[in-house]
Amino acid sequence: MRHQFELETAKNPDALKRIVIEPVSRVEGHGKVTILLDDDNQVHQVRLHIVEFRGFEKFIEGRPYWEVPVLVQRLCGICPVSHHLAASKAMDMIVNGGILTPTAEKIRRLMHYGQMLQSHALHFFHLSSPDLLFGFDSDVAKRNIVGVAAANPDVAKMGVLLRKFGQEVIRVTSGKRVHGTGSVPGGVNKSLSLEERDYLLKDADQMIAWSRDAVRIIKQLHKANPALYDAFGNVPTTMMSLVDDKGALDFYHGALRARDRDGEVIFDQVSYQGYHTLLTEGVKPWSYMKFPYITTLGEEKGWYKVGPLARIQNCDRIPTPLAEEERAEFVAYGGAKPLHGSLGFHWARMIEMLCAAETIKDLLLDPDIMGADLMATGPRREEGIGVIEAPRGTLFHHYRVNENDVVTYANLIVSTTNNNTAMNVAVRDVAKNYLQGHEITEGLLNHIEVAIRCFDPCLSCATHALGKMPLEVTLVDASGREIDRMTKDSEGRVGK
Amino acid sequence: MNAPLPKRKLKVATTSLAGCFGCHMSFLDIDERILDLVELVEFDRSPITDIKHCSPDCDLGIIEGGVCNAENVHVLHEFRKNCKILIAMGACAINGGLPAQRNSLDIRDILAAVYARPGRGVHIPNDPEIPLLLNEVHPLHEVVRIDYFLPGCPPSGDAIWKFLTDLLAGRTPTLGHGLIHYD
Repeated sequence: MRHQFELETAKNPDALKRIVIEPVSRVEGHGKVTILLDDDNQVHQVRLHIVEFRGFEKFIEGRPYWEVPVLVQRLCGICPVSHHLAASKAMDMIVNGGILTPTAEKIRRLMHYGQMLQSHALHFFHLSSPDLLFGFDSDVAKRNIVGVAAANPDVAKMGVLLRKFGQEVIRVTSGKRVHGTGSVPGGVNKSLSLEERDYLLKDADQMIAWSRDAVRIIKQLHKANPALYDAFGNVPTTMMSLVDDKGALDFYHGALRARDRDGEVIFDQVSYQGYHTLLTEGVKPWSYMKFPYITTLGEEKGWYKVGPLARIQNCDRIPTPLAEEERAEFVAYGGAKPLHGSLGFHWARMIEMLCAAETIKDLLLDPDIMGADLMATGPRREEGIGVIEAPRGTLFHHYRVNENDVVTYANLIVSTTNNNTAMNVAVRDVAKNYLQGHEITEGLLNHIEVAIRCFDPCLSCATHALGKMPLEVTLVDASGREIDRMTKDSEGRVGK
Repeated sequence: MNAPLPKRKLKVATTSLAGCFGCHMSFLDIDERILDLVELVEFDRSPITDIKHCSPDCDLGIIEGGVCNAENVHVLHEFRKNCKILIAMGACAINGGLPAQRNSLDIRDILAAVYARPGRGVHIPNDPEIPLLLNEVHPLHEVVRIDYFLPGCPPSGDAIWKFLTDLLAGRTPTLGHGLIHYD
């Protein structure tokens, strides 16, 4: 068993060649990869750096709590609903101890499953499918959704329309496709009219059918080349996700379960209200994104993965029939052991998309979504933790609110942050297996990005930092006037 | 904007600086019209392609997000240099948006708070690979000349479609009240 952090830190970085992939493309947000090689193209270090920092946790202090669900969804434009709802769930704890009316809970679920469908469709069809359909080192000019539309118009159109439907579910439940306002602390601000329900319902069966087709596409790709799909970025890890009280897959609510790399349960039905005693957030100097781990297992062994591949294998079953059939086939394919090949994420993600499409139809047929009882009341508290399964995995929001209704503390662990170590280990594995000893080409470098894309990282969601190198940046406006200057000395002290 | 259109497809580059990607999502919210759009334009550097740097002959550069670090400044200058027309898309590009909420705070205090770990001190990431943060988040027009501003958080898919089709047809883009009200 090789050491987990091999290739994280080179012994003699100054003597090595540096290759940089910047920006990492066909993912959301900003990241870059640096690779250090010696003269024989032996790989000595590979790092995925998250280079943004926006400081949300700090600047929302002082804001009134009811702004937070709308404000924090600006962390992300791809999964705004996840942040909107995780913050709402935390604020439910503040305003009434976490109670929801049946209508409110079902509207929120509908919104969230709409988001799951649109995000998974976007990721598979718009961002990742070019690698999978054309090959990892295919022509760079063709490796995009436009290339897919030219070569496989039906596949591209299906992706565009699946995403559209998910966005329409979000618009109808929240008022707007991106950054809506439907969820509020203690409930929702609207339910569905009959016309809105029927508008969505007329396409629901088609979406289920197309989602099944999508599962079929990735399953065929997987089974046509198992040597690649099972081995690429194969990094056995602990897996964590929410499951419901019976152990079934649930994207909106549940308790935490983790399994080790062999599938044995480490903990189960742990309330997420205690997440901060379960997890510790590590920091490394070369990324603004933190590196969380399960505290009792320690920093070297306690890292884990979240998201579709973890969820599908963590749960005991999926509550919708077609997706459950696919889950059973997926698990059977892996045999007695969980699948850890990174490309398995795509297969798992499409099974989840099918689950989302089926669940949306079920919710649309539930009369509660047209109910009038939107808000619940209960005792006021000063601390709230909200957790949800975002498309990319478990998402934690934690706030304290004082007697003046003002936020005094915020901590967020976003889904991609949970996957930080696992993504880094996966790209090191791919670098070692594909780059080692070769002349580095664009196509080979894309292998690194393919590994990152498996995780569907949302780098905008992650936070970012400052170096120890002496640096100076002067910002000059269009007319030549200096408007900002930032310096940093060799001790890392920052000044104007 | 009444010059005759060139015969070739227009080259469009897009990027997200200090934003949330919501404007790019809204761009995709033109839905199946994107299949019509790609008959008229080709995408150059963009998060949806693997082209990492703008070609020197881009016609349109569409930028979401404000300027919060040295890398953003660098990318913005690359876009200005290589794109004939530069469009600031969305609230962050136009006025800094929500990330500019940090402008009233000292960046050192923010970092110290975010990277403090109970009992283990403060370890602010400090690697030279990580770009230097600016003291404040700036809108694009404070750094380079911007030709068009497309407002909204984000602008809707319909607004983006109207804007682009006006521009592609050689008309001055006009959105009207319907596409820029946010109530």
